Formats: sequence, structure tokens, C-alpha cells
Amino acid sequence: MKEKKSFFKLPVVQALLVSLFCILLGLIIGFIVLLIIKPAGAWEAITTILKNFWNYTRTNLQLKNLGNTLVKTAPLLMCSLSVLFAYKAGLFNIGAAGQYVVGAGACLYCALAWHLPWYVCLLAALAAGALLGVISGALKAYCNVNEVISCIMLNWISLYLINMLLTNVKETTSPYTFKLSTAGEQSFLPNLGMGDALFGKNQYTGLALIIAILAAVLIWFILGKTKLGYELKATGYNRSAARYCGMKEKKNLIMTMAISGALAGTGAALLYLTGFTEWMTTQSSVPAMGFNGIAAAFLGGLNPIGAIFSSFFIQHITDGGSFMTKIGFPSQISDLISSLIIYLCGFVMFIKLTFNGFLDRHSKSTGTNVNAEPAPVQEPAPDAQTAVADNKEGGNEE
Amino acid sequence: MLSGKDVILLEENYAIEMLNITKRFPGIVANDNITIQLRKGEIHALLGENGAGKSTLMSVLFGLYQPEEGIIKKDGKVVSIKDPNDANALGIGMVHQHFKLVECFSVLDNIILGVEPSKYGFLQKKEAREKVLKLSEQYGLHVDPDALIQDITVGMQQRTEILKMLYRENEILIFDEPTAVLTPQEIDELMQIMRNLAAEGKSILFISHKLNEIMAVADRCSVLRKGKYIGTVNIADTTKQELSRMMVGRNVEFVVHKEPAKPGKTILEVDKMVVASKVHKNNAVKGVSFNVRAGEIVCIAGIDGNGQTELVYGITGLEPVVSGKIRLNGKDITHASIRKRSVDGMSHIPEDRHKHGLVLDYTLEDNMVLQRYFEKDFCAGSILMRKKNIRSYAEKLIEQYDVRSGQGAVTSARSMSGGNQQKAIVAREIDRDPDLLVAVQPTRGLDVGAIEYIHKQIVATRDEGKGVLLVSLELDEVMALSDRILVMYEGEIVGEFDPKKVDIETLGLYMAGAKREG
Repeated sequence: MKEKKSFFKLPVVQALLVSLFCILLGLIIGFIVLLIIKPAGAWEAITTILKNFWNYTRTNLQLKNLGNTLVKTAPLLMCSLSVLFAYKAGLFNIGAAGQYVVGAGACLYCALAWHLPWYVCLLAALAAGALLGVISGALKAYCNVNEVISCIMLNWISLYLINMLLTNVKETTSPYTFKLSTAGEQSFLPNLGMGDALFGKNQYTGLALIIAILAAVLIWFILGKTKLGYELKATGYNRSAARYCGMKEKKNLIMTMAISGALAGTGAALLYLTGFTEWMTTQSSVPAMGFNGIAAAFLGGLNPIGAIFSSFFIQHITDGGSFMTKIGFPSQISDLISSLIIYLCGFVMFIKLTFNGFLDRHSKSTGTNVNAEPAPVQEPAPDAQTAVADNKEGGNEE
Repeated sequence: MLSGKDVILLEENYAIEMLNITKRFPGIVANDNITIQLRKGEIHALLGENGAGKSTLMSVLFGLYQPEEGIIKKDGKVVSIKDPNDANALGIGMVHQHFKLVECFSVLDNIILGVEPSKYGFLQKKEAREKVLKLSEQYGLHVDPDALIQDITVGMQQRTEILKMLYRENEILIFDEPTAVLTPQEIDELMQIMRNLAAEGKSILFISHKLNEIMAVADRCSVLRKGKYIGTVNIADTTKQELSRMMVGRNVEFVVHKEPAKPGKTILEVDKMVVASKVHKNNAVKGVSFNVRAGEIVCIAGIDGNGQTELVYGITGLEPVVSGKIRLNGKDITHASIRKRSVDGMSHIPEDRHKHGLVLDYTLEDNMVLQRYFEKDFCAGSILMRKKNIRSYAEKLIEQYDVRSGQGAVTSARSMSGGNQQKAIVAREIDRDPDLLVAVQPTRGLDVGAIEYIHKQIVATRDEGKGVLLVSLELDEVMALSDRILVMYEGEIVGEFDPKKVDIETLGLYMAGAKREG
């Protein structure tokens, strides 16, 4: 069909509008909550969250803090890619958090205990994440264990395993692992001078962000353009049909989880190999990064390119939330707002329907019919038509 | 007692009228200015192909959809039906094609579900039971009120559904394809029940695409085609041929025309094949041997559940065989992968189009290349999909095989009607130019037009010198299409027949296990 579609009916435009609408509504509800807590400071608070690094007055401090947000955006983006890749292939990888944990453990151990170069550490994180993904995938393929269940279990198993492992490379006096700058300088991700050039001498920014964005493009390409993507999606949507047409459906399932896990694992390396933060070996909850990845994936409309922006936005308001304590609000308020936004994303379908209904009514009143009858209309035999007409009359006479 | 005709003469007013109903969905007008008027005490059939808009119209009447245009009148007064509760309040009841019953509840519990008589919060089942028994006697609906739904026959489940409507004192009864799940005897019973109901003054809307049944039971028939209203006719003044022409828009041939078969070399050889069963410990297929030659249609007949499904799984590789040999074009494929068999020239129209045949969340074009996506034409260097080639190939198939859908090649397979989904599968499997076509119930649940079309395609495939293995539960189909009939009973082939030299009754005896060849 060569019919021209209305601009607002393009899937990309719709996905974007829906996400923006969710954000706006989330902010409004968040603002109402702020008003209830402390009416006087509410406006200041919401602008503080949204301003994040603009809260600093000096340009180079602004840039430096923008850099910090970007440093944390890279792992978040990787986690959201992990979730959306699995989701597009019909699996819900709630285990991105666990895969992120083993990725962190693997790269830190390689860096701090064995002093291996950064690219080896990166690959170790990738492999560790993939391995954890394979476990869930294999359980699903061969024992029909739901991936959500096995992923949640593995999240906790991996957290305590990694805590245990990294105890070997931690400071004696604190629960944190050694600083990369003292114990593993060879493992720093190259910063390519990006920090100096663009982000006010922020030494953490660098290769990580580039890798994450390249990963997003790669995932977009694999899902949409390749045979691998075609097979993995077919398997995810309908295992029986994949088997019927001769795909190796078990292999595909495991492959999906492996790629998904590798993305999350690599995400961890992209944070910890910058030296931005250390691992706390006494932590008793799975890092939020993996779960925020779910949020970012959905806010980004389950599109890898959309995920780049949604990951940045979520990290942006999360960091903005850290300013809240200074003006007398709990810092959790930014989490509240981001969770509101995510919650509203659950209504995406509903919003889309309402929106389309509005468009339909609008287009009808202006006279253009976007829903023109598409089926080829076969001319009925002339005698049939007359017969029908006769019958119609006959039917009405009685 | 008044006959249907007399009622028409006496009653000038209508029980329900749907006037100029228009309902649109993205990409398609499901109901385009449709008017249906149901007289009191008549059986009014609603006839149309799959996707003609029957279900949408009924959903509008039931308040599940709101029409964009048009009004609904009950007893001459305009009413607004916002949800099924409104419909219930107006006395409109419906028996769905797939019953809405609670399996582990008794018949009585299901009937009173939602309108339970209670006193101080306690159920008063005694009155309900009396009322149900009275109704079942009045209309000849035999049920055991205390039997659990899961233990009773499909026919009795349907009677329970009918009693549900009667218990709620509904005046307008909608039957949505009620005979699809019934045996021939149960269908006769249902026809009688419907006549009784109409005689008692109930108005019945009977949705169907089975012409014989409409001719047998209805007073009038309204025909829809592609969402448009074609006309309403008196059954007494019409014929099956005319109805089918109204429904399909052209003359339909009820007989399949085919030349005598000219069998050539053997394509498929099955030798003492044994396939395990998934449901019980015994083997489902017990040492079956037969062959299929080029240019003939071999048909496996039998009652459902006698190992036909497993036989096909064994041949196509969906299930491993326990023992025996399968050869395709003389090559042993007993343990070959599904992909290998498919590449070597085996096409498979599967029994369950939603489970195996389609990836419903894929677009039509992606489904069209499901068996060939890895070929050079569609996949460059076995990495990159060639979207342009896929599109043009899909569009070619869509045109050639007349697959209709809302948005052409990019329509989601899920949103297509069953008949067009099946046509897409048939197009995909036949266009691969296979040596052997395995077709399992290829016309299940389809309407006359689509059945005629698919039968023609299967015969054409045979005439091109391919071997066809057809598995069917419909004896009419078996008789019309096959060049050779194999009857399967309890996992074994109990007889081989020439369709010209056997009648349906004899086949029936073999299918029921009452007779077998030495």
C-alpha cells in the first residue's frame, strides 16, 4: 500500500509521544507529592531534580557533573539493552541485576587480584554475565523452568558469591574493594582524553559511553536486520512454530539469554573499570542497576536507540535527586518520580489507544479516511447482485 | 401451535433491530452500514465467511464494542448497550462457540453462576434446581444438574449453556457457530431444540457458515460479506447455491473437479514406523507401513485421536520415531532434522495453525518466509536479512493466493482471520515447490469459499506431479480429494480403499474399529 500515513500514526512518533507523556504525567504526580510533603519548597525541588548538573553555577563543574551522570548512564544503558533484547525475543530477563553482579565481580577480580589489562577484564565480565544467562536459558530450554524464577534465584546466589569472592581483594579496614588506582591501574578503561576535552577534567568519562552506545546500535541491528534476530524473535514468540520450521529452538533460547547476560555483565565492567566507585562486599541487596534497566527499557519504548535517551533521563533525575537533601527533602523523591514514570509506562497501550481514537475522530471530521478499506474488492457476478437486490426488496415488503 | 410463517404474519414488530451499524478497526471496516432485524419467534441465520464481520456485529449487540454509527432497537425502542450487563438486562443471551463454563462446577452451579438465589447470604439451590428441571423438561434439554462439567459430553455442555440463557429469562438467544463442536447426532438434537425454543416465542440469531444447517432450521437468513450487508432472504424461497453465492460473491462449486491420478515414482516410504504417545504409555503409532507416489493424493482417514497426529509428527520430524524407517525420494530420513527434511522437499501444512503454522506476532511477510528465510534470496551471507526481497516475495504470494489482510504484507498475523491465516500457510508451503506435501486438516474451521480454494490448490499440487499426504477427519473431504484412502484405527492402518469403490458407511465401520482388513 502506497497510502500516506498520518505523521502521528508513525510507530516511532507514537512511541516517542507516549514516553514523553509518561514522563510529563510522572513529573506532575511527583510534584503533587512534593506539594503535600512541603508546599513551599515543591517548585524548587522539582526544578532541582530536573536541573541536576545545572544546579552548579560554574560551567566546568556543570560539565564535570554531566560527566558523572554519563558515567553511570553507560552501565544503565547496557542493562536496559539486556532487558529489551530478551524481551524482544520473548523472555523476561529480570536477572539483568544478577548478571550485572557477576560481571562486576569478574572484572574487579581480574583487575585487582590478577592485574590483567582492561580489555581482558571487560571480556571476563562479558563472559561471566553470559554464563549466568546461559544457566537460566538452559533451565528454561531443557527443564521448562520459567526464566523469571530462575533469574530471581540466581540474582541472590550471584550477589553472595561475588561478595565472598571480592572479600579477597578488599581493604582490611573497610568493606570496599581496593581502589583501581592503587591496585589495578592497568585495568582502567581508556578515557581517550574525553574527560579533559569535554567534561571539565572528569577522568571517569571515556570509552565506556562509546561502547554502550555502539552496543545499542549493534542490538538494534541484530534485532531488526539479521537472520539471528529473526530466529531469536521467532523462537521467543512461538517455540513450537520455530521448531516446526526447523530452527534449533533450544539453542536459540539459550543464545538469547547468553547475549542478554553478556550485555548486563559488560555493563558492570563499564562502571567499575572507570574507577568511579568500588564494590561494597557487605551489601545485602542486589544493585538497583539491573532493575532500573527494566525501567529504562520500557521508557525507551523497547527500542535500543530509545533506550539511550531513556537511560540518560533516568540517570539524570536519579542524580538530580541527590540534591534533594540540601533543600530539605528525602533523596528518595527522585526514585519516587522515576518509578511513577515507569508505572505510567504500563499504561502505554491504553494511552496509545486513546490517542489513536482521538486521531480517528479528528481525521473523520476533516474528511480524510486513514482506515480506507484495504481488501481488494471483488466484483460480485452481476446476476448475484440483481438477485440480492431483489431479495432485499422482497424482505422489506412483508 | 403456530408455524414460523404464521408468526411472521402475526407479528409486525421486531424483537431486536440493529440499524445501519458501522464499526471500524485500524485498517479495516469490520461492519459497514449493516442492518439486521430479528422478528419475534423466528430463527434468523447470520451467514458470512470468516472475517465477514459476524462476530464483530454480535459483539456490538452484546456491548463489547461500541459502534461508530447506527442504533439498536429493542421492541421498537432505541436502547444503548454499553456492556454485557446491559445486554443481559435487555434479555439478550449468547451461547459462545467456545463455552464459558467452569469445568469443576456442577451443571446447576454453572447455570446459576452470577444470579445465585440467596437468603441472608446463603445459597438457595433448591428453588434453582426446581426451576432448572422445569425448564429442561419444557424445552427438551436433558441434563443432569449434579454432574460436573468436566465429566459430561460437549452436547450436554452446550445444553447447559442454553439453560443458562433460559434461566435468566432471556428472550433473544444468540448461537455462535453452535454446531462446530458437535457430532452429527448432537447437531440434529440441537436443531430440534432450536425449533422448540422458537415455537415457545424465543427469538434466535443463529450464526453459521454451514449452509445445510441454515437450510434445515432457519426462517430467514441475512448475509454479510467483507463487512458489508448483502441482503436478507426467506429460507423457503432460496437455495443453498444462492446463499453461497451471496456469501462468497460468486458461484461456489461443491464438487472438486479432478482428473484421474497418474501416480509416478514413489516419493515417501514409511516402513513399520512406531511413534510414542505423549499422553499414554502405549505407542500412538504401531508399526505403520505405506507409501505415497508422485501425482497422487493419499488420504489418512480416521476418528480424531487414533494416532494421525503422531504419524505426521514422525514423518515431519516433530517427534522422534521409536523404530522403523522413513524414506523421502529413496533417501533415509528417519533421523534427519526437521530442517533437513524440509530442504529435501517436504512441505507441511500443520494441524494447528496457531501453535505450529505461524508466528502470530510476526508480520505476514515474515511468516511467508518462515520456511525459507535462510535461503540466499532472503538472507545475504547468512547474516543479513534482505527485507526488499522478502517484501516482494510476500506480496507476490499475497496476490497469487489471494490472502486478505488489513495492511497487506506488514499486517500482524494475529490480526488476520482464520481463513486468511490458513491461506497464508498454504501459499507458503505449496510455493516452496515440494516433492511431498503433508497437509493435516487443511480446511478445519474454514468457510465454503476458503475450503473450495484450498482443495483446488491441493489438487493442483498433485497435478504438478507432487505426492500429497492428506490427513482429514472430514469424510466428505476424504471422499472428494483422495486417490487412495488409508483408514487408521488405534495407531494402525486397518484398511486401504479406492474412493470410487467404497462408500462412507463402509469407511465408518473401519474407522470405528468394527471391521478390518486381514
